[in-house]
Amino acid sequence: MIKFSEEKLKQVEKIIARYPEGKQKSALLPVLHLAQQEFGGWLSPETMDYVASLLGLLTIEVYEVATFYSMYNLKPVGKYVFEVCQTGPCITRGSDDIIKYIGERLGIKPGETTPDGLFTLKTAECLGACGYAPMMQMGKGFKEHLTKEKVDEIIEECRRSAAINN
Amino acid sequence: MAKVFIDDIEYEVPDGKNMLEVCLSLGFDLTYFCWHPALHSIGACRQCGVINYKDENDKRGRITMACMLPASNGTRISIEAKAAHDFRAGNIESLMLNHPHDCPVCDEGGECHLQDMTLMSGHNYRRYRFKKRTHTNQYLGPFLNHEMNRCIQCYRCVRFYKDYAGGKDLDVFAAHDDIYFGRSEDGVLENEFSGNLVEVCPTGVFTDKTLKQHYTRKWDLTSAPSVCHGCSLGCNILASQRYGTIRRILTRYNGDVNGYFLCDRGRFGYEYTNSKKRIIKALKRVSGTYQPIENGNAFEEVKALMGEGKKVIGIGSPRASLESNFLLKELVGENNFYGGISNTEGNLIKQVIDILKKGKVKTPSLAEAKGYDAVFIVGEDVTNTAPMLALSLRQAAKNKPNEEAFAIRIPLWNDVAIREIVQERTGPFFIATVHHTKLDEISSGSFYGHPDNIARLGHAVAQKINNNLPSVPDADRESASLSSSIAEALLAAKKPLIVSGTSLFSKNVIEAAANVAYALKEQGKDVGLIYTVPEANSVGMTLLSENFVDDAIARVEKERADVLLILENDLYQRIGKKDSEAILKRCNQVVAFENLENETTNSCDYLFPAGTFAESTGTIVNNEGRAQRFYQVHIPRNEVRSSWKWLDILRQDLQTAEAKDFDAIVDELIQKNPELQKIKETAPTADFRIGTQKIPRSPHRFSGRTSMIANINVSEPKPPVDNDSPMSFTMEGYHGIQPSPDTAFYWSPAWNSVQAINKYQIEVGGPLHDGNPGKRLFEPDENRQAKYFNDIPSSFHPSNDELLVLPLYHIYGSEELTALSHAVKERIPQAYIALNENEARRKGLNAEGGKVEFYYQDKKWELSLKIDNSLPDGIAGLPKGLNETSGIGYPFRTKINS
Ligand code: SF4
Ligand code: SF4
Ligand code: FES
Repeated sequence: MIKFSEEKLKQVEKIIARYPEGKQKSALLPVLHLAQQEFGGWLSPETMDYVASLLGLLTIEVYEVATFYSMYNLKPVGKYVFEVCQTGPCITRGSDDIIKYIGERLGIKPGETTPDGLFTLKTAECLGACGYAPMMQMGKGFKEHLTKEKVDEIIEECRRSAAINN
Repeated sequence: MAKVFIDDIEYEVPDGKNMLEVCLSLGFDLTYFCWHPALHSIGACRQCGVINYKDENDKRGRITMACMLPASNGTRISIEAKAAHDFRAGNIESLMLNHPHDCPVCDEGGECHLQDMTLMSGHNYRRYRFKKRTHTNQYLGPFLNHEMNRCIQCYRCVRFYKDYAGGKDLDVFAAHDDIYFGRSEDGVLENEFSGNLVEVCPTGVFTDKTLKQHYTRKWDLTSAPSVCHGCSLGCNILASQRYGTIRRILTRYNGDVNGYFLCDRGRFGYEYTNSKKRIIKALKRVSGTYQPIENGNAFEEVKALMGEGKKVIGIGSPRASLESNFLLKELVGENNFYGGISNTEGNLIKQVIDILKKGKVKTPSLAEAKGYDAVFIVGEDVTNTAPMLALSLRQAAKNKPNEEAFAIRIPLWNDVAIREIVQERTGPFFIATVHHTKLDEISSGSFYGHPDNIARLGHAVAQKINNNLPSVPDADRESASLSSSIAEALLAAKKPLIVSGTSLFSKNVIEAAANVAYALKEQGKDVGLIYTVPEANSVGMTLLSENFVDDAIARVEKERADVLLILENDLYQRIGKKDSEAILKRCNQVVAFENLENETTNSCDYLFPAGTFAESTGTIVNNEGRAQRFYQVHIPRNEVRSSWKWLDILRQDLQTAEAKDFDAIVDELIQKNPELQKIKETAPTADFRIGTQKIPRSPHRFSGRTSMIANINVSEPKPPVDNDSPMSFTMEGYHGIQPSPDTAFYWSPAWNSVQAINKYQIEVGGPLHDGNPGKRLFEPDENRQAKYFNDIPSSFHPSNDELLVLPLYHIYGSEELTALSHAVKERIPQAYIALNENEARRKGLNAEGGKVEFYYQDKKWELSLKIDNSLPDGIAGLPKGLNETSGIGYPFRTKINS
């Protein structure tokens, strides 16, 4: 059985309190983010069921929402998640090549994670940064104007920081 | 009225519509998926794209979704512009990128809205060359098959299932090219209206699993307009057969009754008609076993039994037609005819009819019920006793909050906007029942109590509306405050609706509901009052009955009868073993007209094979007093026929006997029962023709006629003739718009799916071309002085050693015939006896599932315990009509042991 720490539970209560009485379903998105952060970077069915019980929702209501948004991971992901935009503007600026290139460099296909657990490659729909195409989201930030060289740099950078932090 | 322009032609159209409805009503073939006349617009599928112009000088216009475009004065669109055509063809092409193109093996093929729309859009060549995304399908229970790969993402399923029907276990998952409609895991779809997905889904994702067991394409079916016999509401159905077995039931649109939908009992409960237990020829019991007997001999022998001076009595049936009950009454004589239900039930129904006729309040139809803005249910578990009424009431619950949206000029059809404003709120909705019922989830206040306490709550509400009424003595504080809030809410409403019924066998409940409605009427409210009754023709049979089965028992106990004739009635089910035996033993010879073998037919002397709704033509009267005609689907290749046909011969001199046709029987019926006059107007007479043409039961593409019985006879037999209706049993006849009571299937050029119904309506979603079928037999005189009921029962006191046992109802299982159908059988709950925890503990029972013993009519019964804490103290609930509880009469008192 998973459970938030006391401190996180307080945070959940605060989130719920942002919404009118009886509308705790509105707290679903932020609570899912919190759960994802807390429980291994992804939302297992167990995690989603736990969130459902916290908010008094049917589990199916949580699955509906969690499966809709690409920022919720429904499978375990690596330490670094590359979400490369594949909507029109990025595609015309070569994002499909970038996706392919990342895949070759890491030896994985979109949706997969490297065996060392460091990288996950995902594709995403428009992230609202068309002016800097091709681009991807990594964690909380954007990496823009991607080229093969830039991708190499990013991967190296990640490997370095992972090594230091270990 | 508004003036709109479609491809430069001006049309006058009603206000408050969107352009898609308008175009369809005007007869244009405009493609669409997500819009549905009962679910309205969300603009999700983008298939109804048209060009919208600012004014007559605008030559370019822009693509707009017709379903989201108000049809206001001056609206100008083009359906025909090339850009509009290209858009629609392109849209369908993208919707179908991942579609498997598996029409030949798809159950929807030949009646698929997606096929129709694809053709209509002009997209006819697939260009997509890549690997298609595929999904895993789910097991959804015995009713529905799931094939997600055929989905075109219109969202109709979840909008019907969740928003319209209140379902919880079907949803949409993921996004864009991976979107999935289903449950969170394999399992039975729980909602009572799930079967409507078959018709709501425009493709082959959700299809009828019972049809799959004996699959037939739409064009190969022979169908008849019929009426569901599953409960008292009389929803209209289309029943279809091939090779002599019924294959499926679809909704027959009736804008006054069930509209576009049916409940799952009605849709999937038909398979008993194909049962091996059907009685298919006349039988005579010879030394203990049944032997076939020639019809002629059977007639002669039975007639001889009934000869001069013989004491003959007849028992009618609430599931047999008016015509059959009438002819039995004619055959045995008025004084010897008994309605086939207990006196308790008979008197309750008589009282309901009396209120329908003489009360001063309107009884709305099932469809009208959707239009009320406050609801008070007095003692009825509607979801289980009259399922489609629950669906109507769920819509009524939306009216009050919807007003907020109307106030800021959002039209009803704009479903997205309305839901944004309304969220999940519902209007005033109060329920008083014996235990927790499904509609509680939308109720603003629920009360659980003994029927007398339910009645007391009703009286208290009436008294708070009309202070001149006597107040309820010794009312407790809780129900006093609840009654105040109910009275207040009903008075604040424009159109309050009171719903009650006979299911608790309580006169007090029925009276209290009437009082509330009368009081509201006197306050000038546009109030409605609906009662549900037990069975499909409870009202019709009772209109013909003065006496009921207990009277018959009393009579034979005084004096044996020579012959008892039983019409379509398993007495063991309706009045129980003890009473059945009491009557059967006191009659020398028993003759039954019955559909299937049952406990009663085990002890008869002669059996005549009686038609079910599938093989009979007749009239039944629903709970609202609406008489409706149903037609036989086919003439079976055995001896089964309408009971009234057997009875008609039996009452004549056999030497000169002549089979009368249906219209002659109806004429005789109304001549002797003038208040039933209108049943003649429920459908055209058998000599009706369009030009010289009859009305076909099969579509013009019907195949295999010359060969389908070649294994029996290589020359094609002459098709049978139907003397009882203007319909043929073949594809010959008039294929345009037929009289609404006689339409056997919906089809129009380019429209092969159920959505061809658009072409049969004056306005899409509105009445049928020559009116919705069915005639109401009585209307109350609204100016009459209300006669209030003054008996206020005293409060129920639980006794220490005895429990009062009441019936609890189940949509699957509580109705005798549908419960015999395979698919329904899978959904029947385990039998149980329900108690609250308190009561269980007091009786020394604790574990749910533990065995409980009790006595009913000196017989020991054993059932397992179910804890239901909503049940009041002193009351036990038994599931009505399951195999294990069949024949129990309610209410009764008993002691229980563990
Ligand atoms: S399953 Fe059917 S109704 Fe549901 S979205 Fe897909 S096509 Fe539409
Ligand atoms: S509500 Fe009653 S009449 Fe209507 S379909 Fe269901 S069982 Fe049949
Ligand atoms: S019908 Fe108009 S967008 Fe679907």
